[in-house]
Amino acid sequence: MEWFSQQMINGLALGSIYALIALGYTMVYGVLRFINFAHSDVLMLGAYAAFFIAPAIQPLIPLPSVTGAMLVTLISALICAGIGILIEFLAYRPLRSRPKLTVLITAIGVSLFIEFTCQHKAVFGADTKPFPQLLPATDFHLAGLVVGSNDLVVVLVTAVLLAGMWFIVQRTKVGTAMRAVSFNQQAAALMGVNINRIISFTFGLGSALAAVAGILYALKAPGIEPLMGVQPGVRAFIAAVLGGIGNLPGAALGGLLLGLLETFAGGISGLSSYRDGIAFAILILILLFKPAGLLGKATVEKV
Amino acid sequence: MNPRKRALHVIALLASALPGLTGCRGGGGDTILVGEFASLTGKEATFGISSHEGTLLAIEEINAAGGVLGKKLELKTEDDQSKAGEPANVVNKLISKDGVVAVLGEVASSRSLEAAPICQQNSIPMISPASTNPKVTETGDYIFRVCFIDPFQGTVMANFATNTLKAKKVAVFTDVKSDYSKGLAKFFKEGFTKAGGQIATELDFNGGDKDFKGQLTAIKSAAPDAVFVPGYYTDVALICIQAKQLGLNLPFFGGDGWESDTLVKIGGDAMEGHYFSTHYAADAASPKVTAFVGAYKKRYNGKVPDAMAALGYDSAKFLADGITRAGSTEGSKLRDALAATKEFEAVTGKMTINAQRDAVKSAVILQVKGGAFKFVETVSP
Repeated sequence: MEWFSQQMINGLALGSIYALIALGYTMVYGVLRFINFAHSDVLMLGAYAAFFIAPAIQPLIPLPSVTGAMLVTLISALICAGIGILIEFLAYRPLRSRPKLTVLITAIGVSLFIEFTCQHKAVFGADTKPFPQLLPATDFHLAGLVVGSNDLVVVLVTAVLLAGMWFIVQRTKVGTAMRAVSFNQQAAALMGVNINRIISFTFGLGSALAAVAGILYALKAPGIEPLMGVQPGVRAFIAAVLGGIGNLPGAALGGLLLGLLETFAGGISGLSSYRDGIAFAILILILLFKPAGLLGKATVEKV
Repeated sequence: MNPRKRALHVIALLASALPGLTGCRGGGGDTILVGEFASLTGKEATFGISSHEGTLLAIEEINAAGGVLGKKLELKTEDDQSKAGEPANVVNKLISKDGVVAVLGEVASSRSLEAAPICQQNSIPMISPASTNPKVTETGDYIFRVCFIDPFQGTVMANFATNTLKAKKVAVFTDVKSDYSKGLAKFFKEGFTKAGGQIATELDFNGGDKDFKGQLTAIKSAAPDAVFVPGYYTDVALICIQAKQLGLNLPFFGGDGWESDTLVKIGGDAMEGHYFSTHYAADAASPKVTAFVGAYKKRYNGKVPDAMAALGYDSAKFLADGITRAGSTEGSKLRDALAATKEFEAVTGKMTINAQRDAVKSAVILQVKGGAFKFVETVSP
């Protein structure tokens, strides 16, 4: 029982990070109907931004501290929002009227471009760098169970950001515009919505989420390298599909489920090398029976 | 001689005749071209950089002392970026484009295994500084190494767990992506059960994973006395951090894949008190080691050489010794000379090449203490 509860905690902590990354995937998809594969690399850039900013603000606010961590995360998120907007402006905007497949392939290209540029010696280099401790970390022991304060922070941040995103999309003017663009870009433009601005905003927001996720991921596993985003990126993408792509609570649900599946499969002796295989086999099964994802709405394609 | 061996010999003969036909192999003129492939960037970058620095230092020392056979050695280095697939590319290039007389590399067994068949086919001797998986030299009679092998390292760690750690139950946590890790785990398990120990549980991870809590929780519930993690330093550091978070306060121990400054830089406090076996200790009192450490520090701004640096250094010195005794850089003669090496005085201890072209030598066990690696004991073969 203790084993089970501990694995639940481990799984939820891991799943929350996947959920946070999946939010970014799903938001861009919701508005633009395409997968921004560079999302996982923006996550990596977020972690590196924090890696370089932390020593710079150390003299002002000593780290590890809560205010310091918040400041570092805020600056990194702003930097990544800028990068996200720039990526959209340079790589996706010129292709907006082209077939969706063109943009998709470009997204993969952008992702590889960032990964391999960053691996160059003159940029970050390919070796693993130790990530600084931003937050004071303690472990809480409750009846044989261990809960890390960082894990609690991850769950909390994910919950707050999920609520925040939902509020922005459903309750604000810009959110209404985002939904309008998502329904029909031309009609939205005719109603006076500045499409370019809304799309830039969506990318900025998604990339800021990626930066936060990247920093939380780096706090959990404090060794960062330019390919660190690939693995969680793929998982988060799958989590987004599992939850029903374009659906914010669905992304969170998918992420949590995937984190739990992986943790439980990994914790069985003899099966742990098939960890990902087991997790993904279960996902395929779920998608066979619910092709639109757990919370996605099945849509009828008009021909 | 069985037919298969015969066929191999014919191929080897043909291949060794080829360089004669194409001419100007090995830099010609007044230099001897030596190839090196190493993971200068990527996941195991510190291994590649260390072994490269050691190799370079040895080559410079040899040249300063007049070179070999009256010629200077020229080192041609290629980076394989710690990536699968890359060693085959760069070693092919070194042999067919640059025309090197011998290849030095790699540290990681998986990558040495990739390059070995290419060197064997071209009859170019390959000397791995630090690949400890037995399969590496089994590729063929042109493949050598200057380090001990995993059956020995596994036995050393099994004896260490039994005698020094007094462990009765040990959990084994293996990187299933790496030949090195799987090999070492296998030999450890054999040695440990033979010594009367019990394997509490076995779990696997994939090198490059970032979350190990699922497996570590399973290890915790199996209640072992110690945990054997035959992985590489980046993964090991994260494993030890997460183990500490889960309250798994047991001794962790592993092999030479742990030895890197990055282990403590990432792992920090979580690494304290853990043990690993390796090839040499920089704080050991031997004149050969002291001279090497002094020269290395002078050449690389006070950096203390690790085992990979010492092995890289030894691999180049071993090659130079072979060329001198062969009196030639021709593949087959060089191979025979290398295979006949006995009681060679290397920085990492006195070594003899056995029939399997593996170095027979001693191992040392180090402990992480105060963020540094401290000598615990030497184990002879």
